[in-house]
Amino acid sequence: MDDPRGDMERHEPPPSLWPVGFAVGIVCLLVGLIVSWPAAAVGAGLAAVFGFLWARDVVSASRGPTLPEPAELEGRPSAPAIPAHQGEAAMPEPEPAERFPRNVFLEMSTLGLGAVIGGIVTVPAIGFAVLPAFLKQHSPQIDVGPITDFPQGQYVVATFLRNPSEGEISRRTAYIRNNGSVKGVPSFTCISNRCAHLGCPVQPGGPVFDSKKQTVKTKNGEVDLIPMLPAAGFICPCHGGAYDQEGNRTAGPPVRGLDRYEFLIKDGHLILAGTYSVASVSGTGGTAKIHRYQTTGPGQHIDGPEAWLYPVQPPH
Amino acid sequence: MASKKSARRQQLARTAMYPLDWLEERSGLVGGVRYFLFRKVPGDTNWFHTLGSATLTAFLVQLVTGVILAMYYKPDPQNAHSSIDHITNDVTLGWLVRGMHKWGASVFIILMFMHMGRVFLFGAYKYPRELNWIIGVLLLATGLFEGLTGYLLPFDQTAYWATVVAININGTAPFLGPFLASLLRGGAEIGPDTLARFYSLHMLLIPGALIGLITLHLYLVIRLGVTSPPWSDEAAGEGPPPAPPSARAGLVRPRPRAAVRGRPTE
Repeated sequence: MDDPRGDMERHEPPPSLWPVGFAVGIVCLLVGLIVSWPAAAVGAGLAAVFGFLWARDVVSASRGPTLPEPAELEGRPSAPAIPAHQGEAAMPEPEPAERFPRNVFLEMSTLGLGAVIGGIVTVPAIGFAVLPAFLKQHSPQIDVGPITDFPQGQYVVATFLRNPSEGEISRRTAYIRNNGSVKGVPSFTCISNRCAHLGCPVQPGGPVFDSKKQTVKTKNGEVDLIPMLPAAGFICPCHGGAYDQEGNRTAGPPVRGLDRYEFLIKDGHLILAGTYSVASVSGTGGTAKIHRYQTTGPGQHIDGPEAWLYPVQPPH
Repeated sequence: MASKKSARRQQLARTAMYPLDWLEERSGLVGGVRYFLFRKVPGDTNWFHTLGSATLTAFLVQLVTGVILAMYYKPDPQNAHSSIDHITNDVTLGWLVRGMHKWGASVFIILMFMHMGRVFLFGAYKYPRELNWIIGVLLLATGLFEGLTGYLLPFDQTAYWATVVAININGTAPFLGPFLASLLRGGAEIGPDTLARFYSLHMLLIPGALIGLITLHLYLVIRLGVTSPPWSDEAAGEGPPPAPPSARAGLVRPRPRAAVRGRPTE
């Protein structure tokens, strides 16, 4: 018969070498992730084997040997009194059937009602806190001025308010180049300055002609256009990510090319509408071939096996 | 004369103690506080054992200065930085309170790590205190999250870009990372909601979690007793184990002979 007062036995884990092997496996796995895949696989295998052995050890130890049978103790009248928690209880435990069913019903209904009330209170609260971050996310259309303000073949730093009602916090920068017309259709390269590593603002790798700054009034308020010459492409000040003039990653930690803005032309104005992510660009200017994907956060792969780590994106 | 004076003194003592006795009779709080403060600890505890209390003190300083700062801080992008300016330059002793909160945050984090190191090196995480180590790790993570959310609040360039990078690092976690980043930003892009959200987390949600976890942490410290240093001759816990019947609620008690397995007990 089980001790009705619960098992008060010490459960100190016995000394074991399995945790050490498990730790070695984890270390090997983590180092392997950086150094080589086979080492990581070996580490994972070690960790799995030793983890299993450790778990088996812990489980078998906690079953442990049982207390001596009460009859054995009672057979020795001269022995000291049995501790109160051992042996037969003075009064037998009530059989399960002896519990009043109404009593059980009331217990259960009180607990159940409490759970329901708790759920009614907490679930909507969590919903209110979480859902707004994922609903009604849409990219506004940003008017950056007449296309005649963008000289052909010249990169321009355009800074604008993404959403003027939000104020300065929504100020964004795009690097825009007029590629002239391709097959009779105007072509622009509109690169977002958000680094594909961790989102710092990339800077032009070349002179920015502040004296030729031009401020255009559009529906989005004032838009600053400053001509520049990014001879060395774009460089991030935070961790040294570098890109060429098309936004292809050339050096440093970024995992892909720079994001770009969709654009359209309305009443002779260049409108930026939403972003998309770019794995890489082959070719240059208007005839470039862009390997585009849906907008993805900085630091996340969008092609290759690493992209399997990010199967679903929240709405951007 | 002398006995009369001592009788008067006794009456004086009774009068002085009357409020405490009144409270004790109705709540048992005095006994509870006495139980909490005058516990038995091993005789050879040393200064390293004070690191936990020091961490708690640093947290209490953050709590008090944070409440005062919240009276002057304005969590919206237009006013956040100027309200910090106002606290630092105009409010009487505001520079001191803000300085205590800012530097105290680092002190809190450093003390947490030192306390953790003490527990690790003294082996104080071992049976039966594993659960308290786990709660401590949760406290460390929650404390670091408190530091992360507080860092944005001054809303200068450093704060803004450090937060951009921190959110994007969270975004690179596999599978759920992008959703975590959106949740932290309060949307797809950093906006006015981000600051208010960080402020709410920093002053309401995370401190609440910290207070709850600290309560559990202290409960387990009191229940299990303070560990003696590894070089100590004294056993860990609260002195010698009591007799079996009364020890049923106690955790540390000698095993019955029959249940000893493997190695001999002392």
